[in-house]
Amino acid sequence: MPKIIRINAGVPQVMDDDWELVRAAELASACEPHRKIVPLSYFRSMLEEHRPSNIQAVWISPDDDFESLVPELRSMKVIAVDFPTFRDGRGYSVATLLRSRYQWDGELRAIGDVLRDQLNYMRRCGFDSFAVRADKDIDDAIKSFNHYSVKYQGAVDDPLPLFRRRGGL
Amino acid sequence: MYQYDEYDEVLVRERVSEFRDQVARRLSGDLSEEEFLPLRLQNGLYNQKHAYMLRVAIPYGVLSSAQLRMLAHIARRYDRGYGHFTTRQNIQYNWIKLEEAPDILQELATVQMHAIQTSGNCVRNITTEQFAGVAADEILDPRPLAEILRQWSTLNPEFAFLPRKFKIALSASKEDRAAVRMHDVGVYMHLNAAGQKVLRVFAGGGLGRTPILSSQIRDDLPWQHLLSYVEAILRVYNRYGRRDNKYKARIKILVKALGVDAFAAEVEQEWLHLKDGPSTLTEDEYERVAHFFRQERYEQVDAHDPTFERQLADNKRFAQWVKRNVREHKVPGYASVTLSTKPGAGVPPGDVTAEQMEHIAAWADEFGLGEIRIAHEQNVILPDVRLRDLHALWYRAVAQNLATPNLGLLTDIIACPGGDYCSLANARSLPIAESIARRFDDLDFLCDLGELSLNISGCINACGHHHMGNIGVLGVDKDGEEWYQVTIGGAQGNESALGKVIGPSFRAEEMPGVIERLVETYCQVRVEGEAFIDTLARVGAEPFKANVYHHAV
Ligand code: HEM
Ligand code: SF4
Repeated sequence: MPKIIRINAGVPQVMDDDWELVRAAELASACEPHRKIVPLSYFRSMLEEHRPSNIQAVWISPDDDFESLVPELRSMKVIAVDFPTFRDGRGYSVATLLRSRYQWDGELRAIGDVLRDQLNYMRRCGFDSFAVRADKDIDDAIKSFNHYSVKYQGAVDDPLPLFRRRGGL
Repeated sequence: MYQYDEYDEVLVRERVSEFRDQVARRLSGDLSEEEFLPLRLQNGLYNQKHAYMLRVAIPYGVLSSAQLRMLAHIARRYDRGYGHFTTRQNIQYNWIKLEEAPDILQELATVQMHAIQTSGNCVRNITTEQFAGVAADEILDPRPLAEILRQWSTLNPEFAFLPRKFKIALSASKEDRAAVRMHDVGVYMHLNAAGQKVLRVFAGGGLGRTPILSSQIRDDLPWQHLLSYVEAILRVYNRYGRRDNKYKARIKILVKALGVDAFAAEVEQEWLHLKDGPSTLTEDEYERVAHFFRQERYEQVDAHDPTFERQLADNKRFAQWVKRNVREHKVPGYASVTLSTKPGAGVPPGDVTAEQMEHIAAWADEFGLGEIRIAHEQNVILPDVRLRDLHALWYRAVAQNLATPNLGLLTDIIACPGGDYCSLANARSLPIAESIARRFDDLDFLCDLGELSLNISGCINACGHHHMGNIGVLGVDKDGEEWYQVTIGGAQGNESALGKVIGPSFRAEEMPGVIERLVETYCQVRVEGEAFIDTLARVGAEPFKANVYHHAV
């Protein structure tokens, strides 16, 4: 079974991935949605066609307009955000919005080109599970979480900027 | 100046250890070059023509003497004995070994310096003007907010992988000396009618392939909202900026595509969610940071120093230097001194040797208050010198070839490293700067010409700000040969303008002659006391073109 990193009570851990990522909408339609992460576009088409769906998890591409579906997304068990390449930083803003503006408090997973040196940024923007790119050593990647103890600015993990704590304020 | 506390110290050390680990993984092959690229860029490391180049951050252009000594040490120990000050108020070293980069960063950390986000698609070094805190025309000191922005942008997790680089500049004087409107975001601080500190925010400026001056998107923003407002701008840009084409990825293209009003409305809408949130600045934080910049060591001295006035009267060359390179200070009895890094042919603009850096650091301690500034014109400033010490300083600066009285004149050339170092160049810029400096080596003639800026870039990226020069020179490639395109009419400051191309480009050897024709035209048609740029505005480009191309055929 593939592995992911999940933050459990604040501690990143490598564990088995009990979800299957379905990349293409055609494939999603052919399978039972149980424990599958399907494309948001597929979920949207189900809603538009008023077909009953028991979809439990979706993944969002940075081009998707997810904000128009926020109420429907609340019933999900997992929301995943795709990084088509690690250089595409839109997923950080998507995660920040899901967590801070839309109060998503379920599992938020980074998928796609997820690499070790980006994990800490992703965590700060509210991701709590990480499907590290398959060709990378996940036990190596997990080491990257403890490089930093100082955070200047507020983010999802801690909205209070350092200046509100400095000098015991 | 700003002093690190425990948090800042720890963060910079954590960064060094992270980068050391990344370099080790690159060297062992764990990281591909493609994966390593953005990581090294965010640590200031480029792979250039001959070697790696390291760009060290000089936040808002402010240095202590100890920091400058460290920069000299780095130049000697890890480079070839010099460094290059840039139009972004940073310093670049051109001959770096990848294996040594972590050690350099570790040494820099001992004097509270780093290379974080000096490159890459993230928020870059925040810039302001070189006379911040001492300028007589200052409305407010921009440095505290610049430092607050520095901290906010450092390792900001949401904005480390933007569509493209992002540059922010602040100015808070009557005159804009920070080229604010050519930045992605530019902020003018001022006092409103009620006497409150407010911000006028511009967005969408930048040079490069598509040069655009930024547009105002907000006025009268209370300073407490600086961070949340910039966050709103960056979020809109991060989500909607183009990523399909590197040349269309800057925020200026987004602002242009949406239209300024629609862009501003998007930002405003985003900001409503962030307004008054935890990143709203507090008076306490402002005071904490501002405290570090307040200079309390000024002596009570007379505004007129009789010795200084005698020295001025007795020594014409000294007087000439004072007139050009020494500026009024807001504290009586003090002045700000610009040390020109452009002594003429033979020294690339912005290049300073380790030995010169050590001398400058010593002068800052002896004649000033231990502080140094870097200007975007690539010169070095001693901001606080007592009038009575100016003569002694001048004497020593002459010996170090740093006292050329050409500030703001034609030979105060801004030039990028061009084809001599840069792998993106289409043409060399330094030999052009050199040949022009050689042709115009008569100081009296230059002084008579007055203010005239000349900027040179080796390619369309515009690192030498050629669009903003009264005369701009751009290196272009034609069938593998180096050619130079000339623009006139560019200007920085309150009346910022982008230059216009005068016609077909020239060969390197023609360039000094072309500049001569432009200057000649100016001398023929100017009226008494009129600057080059004003003459051009009055008579238009035609007489200039006619003279240049008449002679060229
Ligand atoms: C030698 C290594 C350098 C490389 C590879 C480099 C690369 C670039 C590139 C690719 C751009 C265009 C970016 C864009 O428009 O999106 C650019 C712009 C710029 N660079 Fe450099 N540069 C170098 C050195 C310098 C130096 C030495 C300076 C200062 C003297 C400098 C200052 C600037 C400035 C001011 C711009 C224009 C900013 C703007 O468009 O808003 N760069 N550089
Ligand atoms: S303008 Fe071009 S040649 Fe000059 S430094 Fe920038 S990228 Fe290199």
